Amino acid sequence: MDFSLNEIQEMLADSIDKFIDNEYDFDTRQKHAASAAGYNPDVWSTFAELGWTAVPFSEDDGGFDGGPVDIMLMMQRFGRGLVVEPFLANVVLAGGILKRVADAGQKQRWLQAIIGGELQATLAFTEPQAGYDLSDVATTAKPDGDGWILNGRKGFVPNGATSELLIVPARTAGEPGDESGITLFAVAADTQGISCNAYHTIDGLRAAEFRLDAVKVAGDTVLGEAGAGYGALDETIADATLAVCAEAVGIMRVLKDKTIEYSKSRSQFGVPIGSFQALQHRMVDMLTECEQAQSLLIWAAMTHAAGGEDASRAVSSIKYLVGTSGQKLGEEAVQIHGGMGVTWDLDVAHYFKRLTAIGQMFGSADWHLDRLAARAA
Amino acid sequence: MQVTFSAEEREFREEVRAFFRDEYPEDIREKQAQGAELDPEDQVRWQQLLHAKGWAGINWPVEYGGTGWSPVQKYIFATEEANANAPIIIPFGLSMVGPVIYTFGNDEQKQRFLPDILASRVWWCQGYSEPGSGSDLASLKMRAELAGDHFVVNGTKTWTTLGQHADWIFCLARTNTDVARRQEGISFLLVDMKTPGVSVKPIILLDGTHEVNEIHFDNVKVPVDNLVGEEGKGWTYGKVLLQHERTNIAGVARSRYRVRRLRKQVQKSVRGASPLAGDKNYMRRLAAVEVELKSLEYTELRTLAAVASGNAPGPESSILKIKGTEIQQAIDMLYLQASGYYALPYVPDQYAPDFSGETIGEGLETQSALRYFNNRKASIYGGSNEIQKNIIAKHVLGL
Ligand SMILES: Cc1cc2nc3c(=O)[nH]c(=O)nc-3n(C[C@H](O)[C@H](O)[C@H](O)COP(=O)(O)OP(=O)(O)OC[C@H]3O[C@@H](n4cnc5c(N)ncnc54)[C@H](O)[C@@H]3O)c2cc1C
Repeated sequence: MDFSLNEIQEMLADSIDKFIDNEYDFDTRQKHAASAAGYNPDVWSTFAELGWTAVPFSEDDGGFDGGPVDIMLMMQRFGRGLVVEPFLANVVLAGGILKRVADAGQKQRWLQAIIGGELQATLAFTEPQAGYDLSDVATTAKPDGDGWILNGRKGFVPNGATSELLIVPARTAGEPGDESGITLFAVAADTQGISCNAYHTIDGLRAAEFRLDAVKVAGDTVLGEAGAGYGALDETIADATLAVCAEAVGIMRVLKDKTIEYSKSRSQFGVPIGSFQALQHRMVDMLTECEQAQSLLIWAAMTHAAGGEDASRAVSSIKYLVGTSGQKLGEEAVQIHGGMGVTWDLDVAHYFKRLTAIGQMFGSADWHLDRLAARAA
Repeated sequence: MQVTFSAEEREFREEVRAFFRDEYPEDIREKQAQGAELDPEDQVRWQQLLHAKGWAGINWPVEYGGTGWSPVQKYIFATEEANANAPIIIPFGLSMVGPVIYTFGNDEQKQRFLPDILASRVWWCQGYSEPGSGSDLASLKMRAELAGDHFVVNGTKTWTTLGQHADWIFCLARTNTDVARRQEGISFLLVDMKTPGVSVKPIILLDGTHEVNEIHFDNVKVPVDNLVGEEGKGWTYGKVLLQHERTNIAGVARSRYRVRRLRKQVQKSVRGASPLAGDKNYMRRLAAVEVELKSLEYTELRTLAAVASGNAPGPESSILKIKGTEIQQAIDMLYLQASGYYALPYVPDQYAPDFSGETIGEGLETQSALRYFNNRKASIYGGSNEIQKNIIAKHVLGL
């Protein structure tokens, strides 16, 4: 039994910790979030220079051969700093598809650019009607000479408006709901026929909806085998789910720590509010839930990394826990901060909002519990 | 045991329904249906329509221009008001300072203040909480020193809801520091917000709204005529008011309306997806909230009945506040869970009447998270739910 990190992981964790501590305080985060792009491009370049954008890619692709455990370490820290830079969109989502199915030329063209921090990319993994069902792809791609013509709509695309490359699942056969017949396309965002409705999200990040109206793309934009994109999509979203869960666990820890700290410094009735047993037990519960989530996260990351039958169970388990006890922990943190907890100026509310947003993404707690319940013995 | 309405009560209900059908302005109804923010003018216009009908002072005695309604009539009114999704009456004048003035004020004050409150000609706000005094309100520090015919007021009030629109503020302030108990020496003062030395600073809430303020008082001169009741008795007056506030905060009729709206919504397909009503997990949680809500409805009716037989709402009102806000927050969560990815866009602008862009989401979807965030306040203000439990433990259970 060994829960310690290897040397490379230690270095990675350390360098992110230092970055958060020294260069990413809450005010800085708020400034980046409020900027035109919704993140700071210079910080993104730094991420690339430090090699963080290369972590989950193979050495052949110019990466560090990292896996879910490494992403976990990173995302927990990004959660701690409430980082707004588009790591999820570029590295986990777009990069996740490209590393799985792109051919050498495509990787050279797009994955290298993502790793180098020169290209902004994202994945349009959901559609307005689809809910959390990845196979509910109604966007169509029809052959057109050497290329294809795409029509349809995409919902919630993280960092959609600032992305130059969109990875678009479209149906080349079958019906919405079929796993087969989904093809993945790498589409330049400025291609004619694409319109983008960009918006801020409730947690201070950015996303967009897209319409694809007779969008013509060349044959070499197809990633992997036509009609066989679902597997890569499903695996990538599993990675992303685990990644946001790690982020959430990082957030939970911050909320727990800040609440305990606040309860020691805020006095009412002549004593620190932390001296009231009614609050003490609840903060003990917060600690317990944090530790439980941390434990399950480690199991989930290792199990997901190992692949096999339990991999999807692992992802659903941690997403369920984060969506239930994590959410509750967030509510408690706000409550124990009293009026301060619901103000814009205090960081606590923003951690709580991000935690809430994560709960809505990649399957709700209900949705994942259903998946767990439906497992055969 | 009798819970059906009498013939007169049914007739009254028809009258109330007709009023909401015919007199409730279309533009305000539309804004409310979309969940758009109301302008202060909308709010005032609506309250003045109620006043014109003689229905502004719901809890007020007839002699001061109130309705003199029985508890059942109030219940009927609250239900119909919620069913019409009419704006929530701003409580600070009509439900808070008004009753304090007609109960404890002198004749001159009654004449001077009550008609404007009843007609919503003057906007009031509540100055109780201070940065250092939230749950422990009796520790408040605002100082009001007597200097001839006026007090000189210094200090800071905070969390003042809608103070940015207010003409007047009612404050708890310390007029005497040489007292045995902290609760003594606190007085109930009415302050014109235009008085030199009063300044209002916004506090933005987590959903980005400007709803509360911090208000500074720098050598503000307040005439002694603006002291309500006896000097040093403000705490007692303020407490009476808080108990009324707690009953109001429960919002049972509103919650019933929201649950019913949700029931309808989940039957429908959104964007071609299968209706949420097919999701058993979700529907079980919705049903469980309905059970809790029905219990609370009857708890409220029992409280109303007790008030009808002459008892002021007592510490039991704390039960209504706790359960009422817990249920509201559970409903907030149900709306959030019904919205999936469409809870995520932060697009408050699209609800403005002059919005011309492409809207995102259907119905209340893109408001569900914002409402959930904002309404975390419900278990904090009006005396936090923890404080309510302390009150019940002490005054009901005698612990
Ligand atoms: C949106 C909003 C609007 C408001 N509007 C107004 C207004 O118009 N006018 C006005 O005067 N005030 C207003 N308030 C203030 C409100 O009444 C206070 O926020 C509330 O009393 C709590 O005080 P606090 O925020 O200082 O929290 P604190 O008193 O610091 O409490 C922090 C936490 O400690 C808990 N706690 C405190 N004491 C105990 C105890 N003895 N036992 C167990 N737990 C305890 C609390 O429950 C809370 O969870 C508003 C507040 C909000 C958030």
